[in-house]
Amino acid sequence: MGILVIAEHDNAALKGATLNTVAAAQQIGGDIDLLVAGENCGAAAEEAAKIAGVSKVLVADNAAYAHQLAENLALLVLELADGYSHILASATTTGKNFMPRVAAKLDVAQISDIIAVESADTFQRPIYAGNAIATVQSSDAVKVITVRSTAFDAAATDGSASVETVAAACDAGKSAFVKEELAQSDRPELTAASVIISGGRGMGNGENFELLEKVADKLGAAVGASRAAVDAGFVPNDMQVGQTGKIVAPELYIAVGISGAIQHLAGMKDSKFIVAINKDEEAPIFSVADYGLVADLFEAVPELESKL
Amino acid sequence: MKVLVSVKRVIDYNVKVRVKSDQSGVDLANVKMAMNPFCEIAVEEAVRLKEAGVAEEIVVVSIGPKSCQEQIRTALALGADRGIQIETDEDLESLAVAKLLAKVVEEEQPGLVILGKQSIDSDNNQTGQMLGALTEMPQGTFASEVAVADGKVAVTREIDGGLQTVSLDLPAIVTTDLRLNEPRYASLPNIMKAKRKPLDTKTPADYGVETAARLKVLKVEPPAERQAGIIVGSVDELVEKLKNEAKVI
Repeated sequence: MGILVIAEHDNAALKGATLNTVAAAQQIGGDIDLLVAGENCGAAAEEAAKIAGVSKVLVADNAAYAHQLAENLALLVLELADGYSHILASATTTGKNFMPRVAAKLDVAQISDIIAVESADTFQRPIYAGNAIATVQSSDAVKVITVRSTAFDAAATDGSASVETVAAACDAGKSAFVKEELAQSDRPELTAASVIISGGRGMGNGENFELLEKVADKLGAAVGASRAAVDAGFVPNDMQVGQTGKIVAPELYIAVGISGAIQHLAGMKDSKFIVAINKDEEAPIFSVADYGLVADLFEAVPELESKL
Repeated sequence: MKVLVSVKRVIDYNVKVRVKSDQSGVDLANVKMAMNPFCEIAVEEAVRLKEAGVAEEIVVVSIGPKSCQEQIRTALALGADRGIQIETDEDLESLAVAKLLAKVVEEEQPGLVILGKQSIDSDNNQTGQMLGALTEMPQGTFASEVAVADGKVAVTREIDGGLQTVSLDLPAIVTTDLRLNEPRYASLPNIMKAKRKPLDTKTPADYGVETAARLKVLKVEPPAERQAGIIVGSVDELVEKLKNEAKVI
């Protein structure tokens, strides 16, 4: 039985998360086919063929898949599902959007956001915002799985898979793409950034986040915030890291003026290195920080910026 | 138009969860429970649609033990018109919940179904999408803006990297993201009034839905503890450690 991985891409290029998802598929074991569905997605398909461990790339190039609307993409995956024992996608907003539709139509339970593969039917996934790790075993014939990309290393890109065209044009005809507004930022996206610097209530106000932005520019980092900073109106809530915001796991997470409430820790405690800058040496953030600096952030952050 | 909202009773998001020592799950005995935060946002959106004259009736449904009636009453106090509780003592998986909700949709024929994007206990983020598939309805997941007009709903969705707007034929499914709205609090008079609003009780058997679990939870463990770090004395030392010891900058 084979594994079908649905590639994440923007038609022009493959998204990095796909490489991590293929790595998870390799751990399950079996022939891996990769589906690239989009419009004018030839370039993404070419990249997909180079991923090590992929035996075949299926390309579905059709206007119906241009923006990967869940309704259409789910129908396509269902069309191709026959013969696969596992169907995997990255736990990105795209994967989370269409995969449960696939699972429901196949009448199987989906296993969301896996962080480890124990065997072909047993997986680990975080629950309660990462405060507990559940090991679950699936009794379904087909395993529909989304993969947390930060939990798996990226697959190598030295492969040479064959490329096959899929003719199916599945259009549910009930949804249409209107527009997209992607954040015009030179900084990386929060969930994909390898370095994140976040501010909390200690920042005092929204203007002071400029201090963090200057450091972020030097490190190529994304800027995040705690719920306290969002609730106080300092910054918009798409910057929120935590249980009800975004869950991140960068190489380096710098928490500035953040006390480290459990809701915040839930969103960032899988970061490889955590740095805390806080003037309160009793702050709970220091109990998870690899490097703590007890100092006034208004002195320490500009100094940090000047020394990078 | 009728709006159907589903709400879930979950552990309060402020509570630090404890894993049971026998690894069978999380200890929920004597723990404060509340409406899932994303469901609160769903209720609020439905109430706003009613206030705007788009929705005529709001039906709120919750699946769980008798205690989940508290969360239905909360939704009624916030402005929902009537409630449906589907009583079960089992902890149902998303697929079973979606199947039950699909039956409610069939019965109630709502123009719009609003759910939270995920519950903060199981973190699955599946039910709304599964309900969409089972009812053949289009879906607007992770919504930060919802506008109903001319038999369609325009949903602005929070996607990785920005926002995407889709137009869906009604009836449709919407799942809420954090930015959609700020839920109101229930006033005391409304809490009193909510006690008199109708609340139907059903069981999965009434709908003929098979709810057996497909996933077996082998164990639930606490996450690995982080190693205690060190306190550095200066910014210089911090930069030096990050460069030479951690090698992350």
